[in-house]
Amino acid sequence: MLLLPALAVVGFVAIYPLGKTIYYSFTNQEFLAGIEPTKWVGLRNYRELWHDSIFRTAIWTTIKFTLITVGFEFVLGMIIALVVNSNFRGRGAMRAVMLVPWAIPTVVAAQMWKWMFDDVYGVINDAGVRLHLLSHSRAWISEPGTALASVCAVDIWKTTPFVALLLLAGLQVIPRDLYEAASVDGASKLQQFWRITLPLLRPAILVTLIFRTLDALRVFDVFYVFFGNRPDTQTMAIYDQATIVGDGHVGYGSAVSVAIFLIIGLFVVIYVTFMRVTEE
Amino acid sequence: MSTVAEATRARARPVSRGRWLRRSPVGRFVTKVPFWLLIAVIFVYALFPFYWAIRSAFTPDGEQFKTPIDYFPKHPTWANFREALSASTFQHALINSTIVAGAVTLISLAIGSLAAYALGRFRFRGKSAVLYLMLSMTIFPQIAILGALYTMINDFHLYDTLGALILSYMIFTLPFTVWVLTSFMRGLPGDLEEAAYVDGATPLQVFYKVLLPLIAPGLVTTGLLAFIAAWNEYLYALSFIQTPNHYTVPLSITTFVGKSGSTFQQPWGQIMAATVIVTLPLITATLILQRRILAGLTAGAVKG
Repeated sequence: MLLLPALAVVGFVAIYPLGKTIYYSFTNQEFLAGIEPTKWVGLRNYRELWHDSIFRTAIWTTIKFTLITVGFEFVLGMIIALVVNSNFRGRGAMRAVMLVPWAIPTVVAAQMWKWMFDDVYGVINDAGVRLHLLSHSRAWISEPGTALASVCAVDIWKTTPFVALLLLAGLQVIPRDLYEAASVDGASKLQQFWRITLPLLRPAILVTLIFRTLDALRVFDVFYVFFGNRPDTQTMAIYDQATIVGDGHVGYGSAVSVAIFLIIGLFVVIYVTFMRVTEE
Repeated sequence: MSTVAEATRARARPVSRGRWLRRSPVGRFVTKVPFWLLIAVIFVYALFPFYWAIRSAFTPDGEQFKTPIDYFPKHPTWANFREALSASTFQHALINSTIVAGAVTLISLAIGSLAAYALGRFRFRGKSAVLYLMLSMTIFPQIAILGALYTMINDFHLYDTLGALILSYMIFTLPFTVWVLTSFMRGLPGDLEEAAYVDGATPLQVFYKVLLPLIAPGLVTTGLLAFIAAWNEYLYALSFIQTPNHYTVPLSITTFVGKSGSTFQQPWGQIMAATVIVTLPLITATLILQRRILAGLTAGAVKG
């Protein structure tokens, strides 16, 4: 009874559309009716998708982005969490500071960095040249060699503190006496980290990694703000949005949606099996 | 690979050095330096982009677009803020986003707290199925149902209206609200409820008079998180909204042309002023509710 409204809403805005998307993926549905009568086309969309080189590039871009950002965010987040976890004056302020990038909307963060990356008046070029890290100003966003790195930088900046906060929450649950006992036994800090911190932090680490990976795989905002629909730097989500809304190919776009859904599902399966295997 | 002798030598030195570092005041200071340096680096890394937005917002165009650039505005000005705020698209966007995010938050809290009451305080068949459904919805890729939503919204004549956004944002705010509020509900002690039942209260009365006031802090936090999520959403807004006057904040920030309407150079000063205007309230609210937000976020994520 109490659940009814919630279930009705979720059913209406999520489950029903999901079913409809799967159905559309087997039709030639177009957004503007009347171009062609909508009919069942079987697996035609999926066959086309299999040979769709733009989509294949988009998958690679997305996976590269995911590996780079999740890797950096995890390592940096871990370092920050360990630093903030030690007792020092101003720890509260530090934690507050870490929430700032998280609270900034992704689109806004992307705009801020786009301006910092500006090829002529950007602060990154200016600081780089002044500190002799760069020999000349670069067009970070438009050069193919640095385009992916520049979007990754935005995501890493925005999300690392959040990862650190999640890991920090896990760190604070570990009882302090374990470390004391270990140092009495002569274990070095590094040994303590490998033998105590990492194993006990495992659940927090895995959950953080899963959430971050799934989030990174559906990335849209930063790429769209930086590149629009530029074909060499599309993510899966951008290609799908452009197909459905830009071109109005709802049927084909729905097949893309189902493919994205399956790819993300595949990652979930990999993580869950990994968790099961390592637990034994 | 080191030999035993090397290993002992290696171990012998750090101990004496370590003792010196720990005992003498100078030594203690020296060990602290890298630590504070690291803290400073993290601090600067986290805040510099935001500082840069603020400095660019206060920098007049004449100084903005010249090299080498200044790291602090020589002639700080409010002009960018004035111009950003007087752009009608941006004004509309602020109002639109407030309406959409506010409505989504209120509806999610109303429906979500009822569901959380059921999930957190009662035992019934299929409960864990519902919880798993809600959890899986929080990681649901929104792009996966874009096509169907697009045609649905068109069929309901909601295309290019704020209603389209209020409806579609439920997909991510509601499951999240249910999930986090359920964990708050579970944390409440059972005695209070029982006392109320003994006094003859109905379940709904218990909900309104006993439980809701108790989880008020949880409602505020969850509400703020839902509000932020709706305020920041971009994909659906980009897909379902066409008229500039119906733009939400993220749309207006990415399509900012400014008042002068110059297409040659993007009005970065005004864009940065606009970004500061839209993020300052979020940051303030986040910092005020800092502790609670951390609790809410970890309840939403870590308990998965």
